[in-house]
Amino acid sequence: MTTTSSAEHTRRDFLFVATGAVAAVGAAAAVWPLISQMNPDASTIAAGAPIEVDLAPIAEGQDIKVFWRGKPIYIMNRTKKQVEEARAVPVSSLPDPQTDQARVKEGHDQWLVVIGICTHLGCIPIAHEGAYDGFFCPCHGSVYDTSGRIRQGPAPLNLPIPPYAFVSDTKIKIG
Amino acid sequence: MSGPSTYQPTNPALQWIEKRLPIIGLVHSSFVAYPTPRNLNYWWTFGGILSFMLGVQIVTGVILAMHYTPHVDMAFNSVESIVRDVNYGWLLRYLHSNGASMFFIAVYIHMLRGLYYGSYKAPREILWILGVIIYLLMMATGFMGYVLPWGQMSFWGATVITNLFSAIPYVGESIVTLLWGGYSVGNPTLNRFFSLHYLLPFVIAGVVVLHVWALHVAGQNNPAGVEPKTEKDTVPFTPYATIKDGFGMVCFMIFYAWFVFYIPNYLGDPDNYIMANPGVTPAHIVPEWYYLPFYAILRSIPSKLGGVIAMFSAIIVLAFLPWLDTAKTKSSKYRPLAKQFFWMFVVVAVLLGWLGGKPAEGIYIIAGRVLTFCYFAYFLIVLPILSRIETPRALPNSIADDVLAKYGKKAASAIIALILAGGLIVGGTQNAKAADEHGGSTPPSLNWSFAGPFGKFDRGALQRGYKVYKEVCATCHSMSLLHFRNLADAGGPGFSAAQALAVASDVKVQDGPNDAGDMFERPGRLADPFPKPFPNENAARAANGGAYPPDLSLMAKARNYDRGFPQFVFDFFTQFQEKGPNYIDALLQGYVDPAPKDFALPPGAYYNKYFPGHAIKMPKPISDDQVTYDDGTPQKVENYAKDVSTFLMWTAEPHLEARKRIGLQVMVFLIIFAFLMYFTKKKVWANAH
Ligand code: FES
Repeated sequence: MTTTSSAEHTRRDFLFVATGAVAAVGAAAAVWPLISQMNPDASTIAAGAPIEVDLAPIAEGQDIKVFWRGKPIYIMNRTKKQVEEARAVPVSSLPDPQTDQARVKEGHDQWLVVIGICTHLGCIPIAHEGAYDGFFCPCHGSVYDTSGRIRQGPAPLNLPIPPYAFVSDTKIKIG
Repeated sequence: MSGPSTYQPTNPALQWIEKRLPIIGLVHSSFVAYPTPRNLNYWWTFGGILSFMLGVQIVTGVILAMHYTPHVDMAFNSVESIVRDVNYGWLLRYLHSNGASMFFIAVYIHMLRGLYYGSYKAPREILWILGVIIYLLMMATGFMGYVLPWGQMSFWGATVITNLFSAIPYVGESIVTLLWGGYSVGNPTLNRFFSLHYLLPFVIAGVVVLHVWALHVAGQNNPAGVEPKTEKDTVPFTPYATIKDGFGMVCFMIFYAWFVFYIPNYLGDPDNYIMANPGVTPAHIVPEWYYLPFYAILRSIPSKLGGVIAMFSAIIVLAFLPWLDTAKTKSSKYRPLAKQFFWMFVVVAVLLGWLGGKPAEGIYIIAGRVLTFCYFAYFLIVLPILSRIETPRALPNSIADDVLAKYGKKAASAIIALILAGGLIVGGTQNAKAADEHGGSTPPSLNWSFAGPFGKFDRGALQRGYKVYKEVCATCHSMSLLHFRNLADAGGPGFSAAQALAVASDVKVQDGPNDAGDMFERPGRLADPFPKPFPNENAARAANGGAYPPDLSLMAKARNYDRGFPQFVFDFFTQFQEKGPNYIDALLQGYVDPAPKDFALPPGAYYNKYFPGHAIKMPKPISDDQVTYDDGTPQKVENYAKDVSTFLMWTAEPHLEARKRIGLQVMVFLIIFAFLMYFTKKKVWANAH
């Protein structure tokens, strides 16, 4: 250690840095599987495949609740009155402005399909309740209208629409 | 960890903390400034390796517990779904299961090092006893962990080991009932074993802290066995010992990775890939390799209570070592007789391990008794006498003198001896596992595309094999762990998602109940499991003359045969893992009709060259031209057998390709890293010489 030249110093420093860098890369790579394992596993992903729902048994003014990926989905066969109510409101007056037309599929205007999870803190709103004839969340009093849009209470956003499509007039495919 | 620290940080924030909780000083005095003898050899790196392994086991274990279900009906399948479905689940599981073996390999080396260099002598008695306690805790933890996958060996190992306590007079039976939480090993047993298996590693970690504390008070022993006197005898822990331990650790990781990525089932028992069945005991119960010497001692005493006492004494006697060996000289390097007896003891221990894996019959029993006597004689007779009569060689004056005198040429031969010893133990197990299969010929070893470090499945063979399975095997055998989606998985038969869906929708799956409360049938989906040929086991038996066609999902890992000595040692190096497919392939082609004249074939059975005992209930399942191959492969039984064996290897180990691919990356990385560590270590130590 007495008479090390500066060249030797550089070489030594390079070795130390290289070793440290490789160790850091190794540690980072080793952490990846430990984190990645927390994501949904293959069976969960496979079980989350699209489902088909038959709409025929749902009479006008009624609704059903189905589960997709562990989430409750409300499928509501709205009455004329409900649809008109939803379309009558001036969009600009809404907390989360969105037209009713944008929330249903064209030509199937009476069908409202929403994820029944309150956008406040995740409770499940009750259908056909509340001042707007839509949904009412009992947890902290959020009120949604017949289009599932937030009208009153602490929730910030409208009830989300799941990805779905009409396979036929009486059948939808969610997912 | 000794006394108040004199370390003062310069950063004011750290100073503020240090005034209130001197933790930085503690770390500094324990792992930075701590003086370590400068003549330590690589055997001393196993302490660090053990801490590392404890960490690996705790981290992978905590993660596995996130996915595992401790219930008798679900445990086995939950372990399989970890391996099959969880991201990197196969890696985590193999790290954990092989990690246990690595932990024990390291602890045995660590213990033998202590034995050889007299590390248990004053003032390190408590340090040593804490080590014995850690070892006992490790054995308990390892045993309970082995029960959790709920395979056949798990179940019967649990039964046999818990029954040891029934040897205790008067209260034995009550104790066993207490341990089980029932009248046999069952769900309560599994639940409490899971709970304790989760708890004990943290207890171990606690005792390790005490162990390290005691170490840092007494100071490390060293190969010369003379205590450091001046500053010239020691070097600071960091960077000297840190970098050396680090290098040792990386080398150990290479060894570990070899098991995890290339021969993950080498040390395991194929019977543990069969789900626990309280009605059928495997023909030969063998514990994990690390318990074998003690298992041999247990069996060599012809009395139930005596055997149990002998087995536990064999471990407890270690705690009394400081008072059995009273020689002043610590290191066996300077004790010519003790050194020879030490190596004899190692041989005895290894042979006991080998015997533990042998069936308890004939010559093995006698050998077991002799070796058991030798084992105890070493501690109770040889060491006490030696310490009185032996004249030690002259000790070096100081550690610095010892460093100058150059030593340690023995290391290489010792390593070779240890590897051979380990091989012998493993071989013992393998022989034992195969022992119950006498009567079946050894299947020929075939060339498999998936063998070796670069192995990959032959897609064509997988697809043809699937066809054979579906048209032939599936009429009687279930395949419960496979789902239609697996057909499209990477590393599998290479179906597209659409093709897999088409296969699935050909099948009618019962679902329900619907709104009216009725069950209904619908076309299969990708998420559905392969259909079962029979609704339940009784129906399967009724349709197959009383025999239950076993589930095929894991068949390629659940079957085994004897490879014999020294083949099993080579198998470690050649990564031979293809016993299962060899066996299945041979079995499918091994039917001989009519049976040899001198063989009494039971009614309803068929003669098969390779089936253990030759009388198999399954009729010859396949003949030439039975399944149509579309790709021009000749429609011969030979090809059917090979293809379906390939397919079954994939169903048993669906991530084999990913495992070998990642294994190669890990190996390349570790080897580069080991070189860098080696040169860094050399540079660092250059300052110390
Ligand atoms: S969760 Fe619905 S209002 Fe709070």
